[in-house]
Amino acid sequence: MPAESVFPQLEALLPHVQKPIQYVGGELNSTVKPWDSTDVRWALMYPDAYEVGLPNQGVMILYEVLNEREGVLAERTYSVWPDLEELMREHNVPQFTVDSHRPVGAFDVFGLSFSTELGYTNMLTALDLAGIPLAARDRTVDHPIVLAGGHAAFNPEPIAEFIDCAVIGDGEQAVLEITEIIRAWKAEGRPGGREEVLFRLAKTGGVYVPGFYDVEYLPDGRIARVVPNKSGVPWRVSKHTVMDLDEWPYPKQPLVPLAETVHERMSVEIFRGCTRGCRFCQAGMITRPVRERSITGIGEMVEKGLKATGFEEVGLLSLSSADHSEIGDIAKGLADRYEEDKVGLSLPSTRVDAFNVDLANELTRNGRRSGLTFAPEGGSERLRKVINKMVSEEDLIRTVSTAYGNGWRQVKLYFMCGLPTETDEDVLQIGDMAVKVIAEGRKVSGQNDIRCTVSIGGFVPKPHTPFQWAPQLGAEETDARLEKLRDKIRGDKKYGRSIGFRYHDGKPGIVEGLLSRGDRRVGAVIRAVYEDGGRFDGWREHFSYDRWMACAEKTLPELGVDVAWYTTRERTYEEVLPWDHLDSGLDKDWLWEDWQDALDETEVEDCRWTPCFDCGVCPQMDTEIQIGPTGKKLLPLTVVK
Amino acid sequence: MQRIRLRYTKRGRLRFTSHRDFQRAFERALRRAEVPMAYSAGFTPHPKVSYANAAPTGTGSEAEFLEIALVEVCDPDKLRELLDESLPAGLDIIDAVEARTSGLADRLTASVWELRLDGVRPEEAGHAVAAFLAAEAVEVERRTKNGLRTFDARDAVAALEVARPQPDRPGDGPCAILRLVVRHVTPAVRPDDVLSGLRAVADLAPPVPAAVTRLAQGLFDEESGTVTDPLAPDREAARPAPPMAAGPAAAKAPEGAGTA
Repeated sequence: MPAESVFPQLEALLPHVQKPIQYVGGELNSTVKPWDSTDVRWALMYPDAYEVGLPNQGVMILYEVLNEREGVLAERTYSVWPDLEELMREHNVPQFTVDSHRPVGAFDVFGLSFSTELGYTNMLTALDLAGIPLAARDRTVDHPIVLAGGHAAFNPEPIAEFIDCAVIGDGEQAVLEITEIIRAWKAEGRPGGREEVLFRLAKTGGVYVPGFYDVEYLPDGRIARVVPNKSGVPWRVSKHTVMDLDEWPYPKQPLVPLAETVHERMSVEIFRGCTRGCRFCQAGMITRPVRERSITGIGEMVEKGLKATGFEEVGLLSLSSADHSEIGDIAKGLADRYEEDKVGLSLPSTRVDAFNVDLANELTRNGRRSGLTFAPEGGSERLRKVINKMVSEEDLIRTVSTAYGNGWRQVKLYFMCGLPTETDEDVLQIGDMAVKVIAEGRKVSGQNDIRCTVSIGGFVPKPHTPFQWAPQLGAEETDARLEKLRDKIRGDKKYGRSIGFRYHDGKPGIVEGLLSRGDRRVGAVIRAVYEDGGRFDGWREHFSYDRWMACAEKTLPELGVDVAWYTTRERTYEEVLPWDHLDSGLDKDWLWEDWQDALDETEVEDCRWTPCFDCGVCPQMDTEIQIGPTGKKLLPLTVVK
Repeated sequence: MQRIRLRYTKRGRLRFTSHRDFQRAFERALRRAEVPMAYSAGFTPHPKVSYANAAPTGTGSEAEFLEIALVEVCDPDKLRELLDESLPAGLDIIDAVEARTSGLADRLTASVWELRLDGVRPEEAGHAVAAFLAAEAVEVERRTKNGLRTFDARDAVAALEVARPQPDRPGDGPCAILRLVVRHVTPAVRPDDVLSGLRAVADLAPPVPAAVTRLAQGLFDEESGTVTDPLAPDREAARPAPPMAAGPAAAKAPEGAGTA
C-alpha cells in the first residue's frame, strides 16, 4: 500500500466533524521521521478516542523507545468517532496515523494496546478502515502484522482470530526484539512470507501467535487442551519483565496535545508491579514483582518532563503510590523544588493504610484540600479478608479523622459489588461505613458540611488472578443489591443527604466478563457486534448491552456455550482455562490455593515486607523485587537565570 | 508590571485548534519558556493573559492578538522569539510590542479575510460577489447555542472582491479566491456567514469546504476601506524619535485589504 499522506483528503472532511484538532497531530514532542530513512515501521494504536488514548503511558513509552532507534519509525493512530468514520467510508479515506497521516495499512506492524477488553470492537473498525482483512488468516505478506499488547492481552483468545500475535508484559524491550526479527526478515527479502516471520517471532517464546495453536474442546464445551500445531513453537509463551526502571526513564519527552484529554498532567511511573495481593486485581497479579524507580531517577524525570511539557501537574503513578519505599522524601523533595513554580503533585491510588497526613500535606501545599479518595473495595471486614484488601474499619476511620482534622471536607470511597461470597449484608455495610465516616468528620471538624461519596463498580473476575475460577454475579442480582444499598442510604434521615452514591448498573460488567474470560469462540460475538455497528463499548452513550446479548445468542449456542457459561459459571480446579498457555509467571497451583484461602477468609501478606509466599513469578521469570530505600534525597535545583 | 502585546498565527493544520485549545497550549508554552508571568490571586492562580477576538475553529489566521502581564521587564523581541520556539509550528508568534497605550480591543474593529474556494471558477464567484454587494441586506441563518438565528450578513461587509487568479496553480482545477473586509459587529458576521450569503443570493455552493484565513485585524479606516496595524500606536509610543528602520519582518502593516 502506498505510504503517502492522506491529509489532503482528510482535511476536506475535518470541517464537518466534532473536535477536528484530535485528528491533525502536530503535538509538542511528537516525532515525524522520513519514511524512506527507516526499514521497520510501527503504527501504534490505543483503540479508543484520542482524548483517552493520547495520555496513555504505554503507547507514549513505546512510541519514544521505537523512534529513538535508528532506522525505526513509529506513528500513532486512535479510534475515529462515528461522525468521521462515516465520512471516511464515504470518501475512501483509510485509517491514518496522526503523525504523518499515513495509511495504517502501509506499516510493517500495527500494534494495539488494550488496557481493557472494551476496545475490541474499535480494533475491528480500525482494521476495516485500514483495509486490513479482519481475520488474520486472510492477510497477505503485504499487510501489517497485527500485534496486541496491554493488560487485556494476557488473555487474547477472544481476539485470536483477528490478531497475528500478542505480547504480554512490559513492552519496552519486547518491541525492540520484535523490530530486529522483522528487520532481518525484510532484509532477506521476506522469505517464507507472513508465516515465516510469525514463526520466527513465535520461536522466541515471547510472542504468542494464536494461529500456531489449536484448541480442542470437550463434549461439555470446556477446553480439552491447547496444542502447538507446528514444530518449534513453544507450548507456553512468557510475559516480558523490564528490570531496573532507572534504565528506562520513559517517556522522556511526554506528548503535549493541543486537544483536551482526560489527563492533563505529566505522569511519572514511580514503580511497576504490586504485591499487596488484592485477589480481584489483575494488574497487581500480572505485573509482579515490584520494581521501584529510584528517588533520584524520579526527580530527574520530573525535572526534564516539566521542562519539555510545561504541564502544571505531576502525577506520581503506580498501582499503589504511597507504597514507594521513599514516598515521603519524594513528595517533600518535589514539593520543595516546585513550590514557587505552581506545580501541583498528585498521587493517584493511595491505600488507606499507607496514607499519612504529612504526605498529604506535602501534596496539597499549594492547593485546596477538597477531596481524598480511598478504595476499601469491600463493605464488610469479612469481605475484605476474602479479597485480601487488609484495611480495617479502624484504619479507615483513623485516617479520615486525621484528614478532616487537617482541613479536608470530602472523602470519596470506592467499592466493588459482586465479589465472591458476597451477600446483601456485606454490601449494606458500605452504607454503615459512609455514615461512620461522616459522623467522625462532623465530630472532628465541628462542621456539618462534610461529604462522603460512595462509588461502586461491578466486580469482573479476571484471568491470572485467584478469582479466575469465581462465578461472576449476574447483572440483575448486582442491580438488586445496589438498589437495596441505595434505599438504605436514602432512608437515613441524619446522614443520607451527606452521602453521595454513584454506581454503574451490572450490564456492562457482564460483557466485560464475557470478553475477559472468554475463549476463541467469543470472537464470533465480537465480530457480530462490530458488524451490527458496535463501537466505543467503554462509552455509556455508545455501549449497547442488548446488542451484545442479541449477537451472543446468534453465535454462541451453535458452539454449545452461552454468556452465562462464560460469566456466572464457577470453574473447577481441573478445567483448562483459555489463557493457561500464556505464562504470567504465577503458579497456577498457588493461585488455586489463594482462591481457597479467599473462601476461608484467610489473608496473605506482602512479600516486600515478609518472606516469599511462593506465587512463582520471580523464579519462573528470573526476576527479583527491586525496592529502596536508597537513602538519597532530592536536593533543591540550582536556578540559572 | 509590564504588559506585552503579541500577534500570533494559526497556520496549516493547526487552524483546527479551538480557542480553548490555544489557551492551554499558550499557557504551557509560557511555562516552558519560563516567562516571568504575573498571576491572578486566589486558590488557583492563573497567569494573566487577555485574549482578543479569536478566530473560529477551522479558520486559519495571520492576525490573532493577546496581551500578557509580566512581573519582570522583558525585551519584547526576545520574548517573541522564545515563545515562538516554545509553541508548535503553525502557532507562531510573529510580533511583540510593549503595551504603551490602552484599549487594544478597541482598535480591533474589522478583519481582512481570504476565502479560498476550490472547485469554483473565478467568474462564477465574481457574479455571486456582485449580487451580494448589490443587495441592501442579505439574510442568513446560523445555528447558535440558542437555536437557529437569522441576521443580516451584508451590512457588516465593507469590501468583498475576487482576487486575481494565481498563475502558479496549474492543473489543479478552478479556484476562486475572495478577499473580504468585515466590520466587527454584534451579532458577529463571520466568513462562513458571508459564504451563506453568497449561496443565498447566487446559489454559490463550493464543492469542498472553503479554506478561510484571517489576514489582518485592526482599526477600520473608512477612507481606505482597510484596517491599520493595531500594534502601531504602541510601537510609536515606544519610539518617539524618528521612525526606526524596518522592525521585525512580520510586523509590517497588514496587507491585502484591497479596495472594494
